[in-house]
Amino acid sequence: MLIIVLLISISLTIAILFLVAFVWSMRSGQFDDTYGPSVRMLFDDKKKKE
Amino acid sequence: METLVTQVVKCYHCGQPCEEEVLKLEEKSFCCYGCKTVYEILNQNNLCEYYAFDKNPGVNLRHVSDETYAYLDEAAVKKQLLEFDSTSFARIRFYVPNIHCISCIWLLENLQKLQTGVLKSEVNFSGKTVRIDFNPELVSLSKLGRLLASLGYAPRINLNKQDRPVAPASQQLVIKLAIAGFAFGNVMLLSFPEYLGLNESDVALQRLFSWINIGLAIPVMFYSGNEYFTNAWKSFKQRQINIDVPIAVGLLALLLRSVYDIVSQTGAGYLDSLTGLVFFLLIGRWFQSKTYDSLAFDRDYKSYFPLAIQKWVQNEWRAVVVYELEPQDVIRVRNMEIVPADSILKSDEAYFDYSFVTGESKPVKAVRGELVYAGGKLVGQPVELVVQKKTAQSQLTSLWNESAFQKPNESVYKKIIDRAARRFTWIVLLLAIGTGVFWFYYDASRMWLVLTSVLMVACPCALALATPFTYGNMLRVFGRYGFYLKNADVIEQMATINTLVFDKTGTITHGASAVNFVGFLTAQEYGWIKLITSTSTHPLSNLIAKQILNKSDAVIAELKEFPGKGIQAVVAGKSIRLGSALFTGNEGGGEAASRVFVSIDGLARGYFEIETSVRPAIKSLVARLGTQVKALLSGDQPIEAGRMRAVFPASVQLLFNQSPHDKLNFISDLQKQTHKVMMIGDGLNDSGALQQSDVGIAVTDDTGVFTPASDGILAGNMLGKLDSFLRLAKRSTVILKTGFVISFCYNAIALSVAMSGFLTPLIAAILMPISSVSVVGFTSLAVNWVARKEFKSNL
Repeated sequence: MLIIVLLISISLTIAILFLVAFVWSMRSGQFDDTYGPSVRMLFDDKKKKE
Repeated sequence: METLVTQVVKCYHCGQPCEEEVLKLEEKSFCCYGCKTVYEILNQNNLCEYYAFDKNPGVNLRHVSDETYAYLDEAAVKKQLLEFDSTSFARIRFYVPNIHCISCIWLLENLQKLQTGVLKSEVNFSGKTVRIDFNPELVSLSKLGRLLASLGYAPRINLNKQDRPVAPASQQLVIKLAIAGFAFGNVMLLSFPEYLGLNESDVALQRLFSWINIGLAIPVMFYSGNEYFTNAWKSFKQRQINIDVPIAVGLLALLLRSVYDIVSQTGAGYLDSLTGLVFFLLIGRWFQSKTYDSLAFDRDYKSYFPLAIQKWVQNEWRAVVVYELEPQDVIRVRNMEIVPADSILKSDEAYFDYSFVTGESKPVKAVRGELVYAGGKLVGQPVELVVQKKTAQSQLTSLWNESAFQKPNESVYKKIIDRAARRFTWIVLLLAIGTGVFWFYYDASRMWLVLTSVLMVACPCALALATPFTYGNMLRVFGRYGFYLKNADVIEQMATINTLVFDKTGTITHGASAVNFVGFLTAQEYGWIKLITSTSTHPLSNLIAKQILNKSDAVIAELKEFPGKGIQAVVAGKSIRLGSALFTGNEGGGEAASRVFVSIDGLARGYFEIETSVRPAIKSLVARLGTQVKALLSGDQPIEAGRMRAVFPASVQLLFNQSPHDKLNFISDLQKQTHKVMMIGDGLNDSGALQQSDVGIAVTDDTGVFTPASDGILAGNMLGKLDSFLRLAKRSTVILKTGFVISFCYNAIALSVAMSGFLTPLIAAILMPISSVSVVGFTSLAVNWVARKEFKSNL
């Protein structure tokens, strides 16, 4: 039975870690703009032609 | 009759048709110098990729005023705007309403290539803001403002509530939702063994699971669900019952009963139901919280007035913030700028366009010493004025001190949900007492258990979900068809509307007028007329000049303007007169305010007929709405009464010369006769009426430009569908009530189980989600179905 207790405590810990990560990302504004980053990654960094 | 607009050339930069003139550069057409300049700037800096992401991405620069941003360098202003400031690093967040496409993001994030001193810029697309890090030693704040404006991305600067926060309330709601969902999932998993039946030997494990459940449920209860308790407490103190009261009671009963069961080891508790309930309720709240952040529903005169004005200080013109103006200050107003405070004209004469204040589109002449009211827009040469009253006390702005702007509109209206909740709560209370009394005599030991069961299942979760999903869905449907509401509650108020009042200018009629010439002129003569009319500031001249595309290089001589009559000039040796029939000798041409007659060398040649076009869909809309349409209010002169009568049947009152106060009073008089009034308007002069009415709708052809404070913003081309929107609002109420009936049925079943004492955690865990899901499913499907039917039948 001990193994079940162990498993549950591990799974809960991991789940809580993910929850904390989500709350942190929300608070730090990573979901403020859901459109901008999706197009920004497609912009080429073109070197200025001199 | 011939129409002058012959060809449509689209501007390479902004994609709008080039109406006034066509400028060519490298085989690309531009509609104005502004657009061309932006292209040139981008071209020089190798930023033409801008045009690769979206077709004609630019922002039209034709109507941009050359507002100075000099006041941004004032220390006090700077302190308020900057997020961070040091000698070599500063950060500002500008709100730029024009951000609309990928190209915008790309260009605004490449600002450092255009301007030395810019370190980094980052766009927040949803919030329409751009955050710029810059070096204040190399570039000033005003220069940044000018740079953005010159590219067509004029920042909207508001000193009162700068830094629009990116909705922290909705952010918190999502976090609450996440925690509730997390707990719900885990509690469900840990409850499964209980429902599936564990061996007797696993009792210890079962108890452990129960205790973990308590640990998971407590943050859900007191963090995620805390608003239900605070709201319930608030309404309790006001001796009112709203929907949050039975919810709070139910949640409390669920928690206490579960903790009791677990501690006394009599059961596993109802914590899965509790967390599930909060989770579903929050989903409903989140669904309803859709807002059109990029639209402003609460703009008052402050966002319309200029922020800064040139003031004569110690022998020089300095830009100062408008709110610092004091009586007797001398200010200078330039062409197309707004007079910020009631003032006396110091220059000889000037024309002011009061269209935003009165709706009258013809400029009014003022002479030296005359009082000019705030809100008038100067047409023509710069003038000097002496301020008489502070901006906030001006004629126009005093409208905002009216009672209509003070009363909190929302609290007056009793929502359907709260009325239902009150009835519901009383029924539940009676049932609970009845059950308690019955069990007290039948089996007193189980009385408390049954009583808490009743309170638990009575928790009106499905009831609370019906409203957000019905109105939230409808809000989305409306948004899809160009009708943006301030919040979902407006739909409920729309359903009660039985009277409609329209504004004329900008609502019934709109912008671009059609100019037709009746008679005959050669192409060359058209060119001459364009020359003459473009020198004049008279609005009719402007309209004609705009519509003629023919160009002429001829030289004008002996130009004379006869006020109230017309213009006379000699072009290419020919004497040309434009103006009234009498002035030009067009006898029998029929005098009308909207006609400009032409004579060349004393010979009558015909006239320009100018029509402000009535929106095409209006007439059939008015016919469909029938007697609900009560009145047309206009600030204009009654010149167009005849044309308006052709649109509106005899039962509709047509009122002209209405001041903003008249409009407001008209609405409140109607309301006193128990009419529920919807006002449809567009200008600052309607804002009083919009605010006073039960539902005020602002009509606009471009949601980015100024709209007065209102409950909803309707795209101009969808005005003809207004009756559909009204009908859908009424249907939503029917759907909502059907949703109530469904949820009452579930509650009746659950209550009968609870009252007879058979409620187990398993039954509760099954019943609650089923009732919620079926109500949500029904309302969502029903709303989308009626909306599709409505728009299919008359699109």
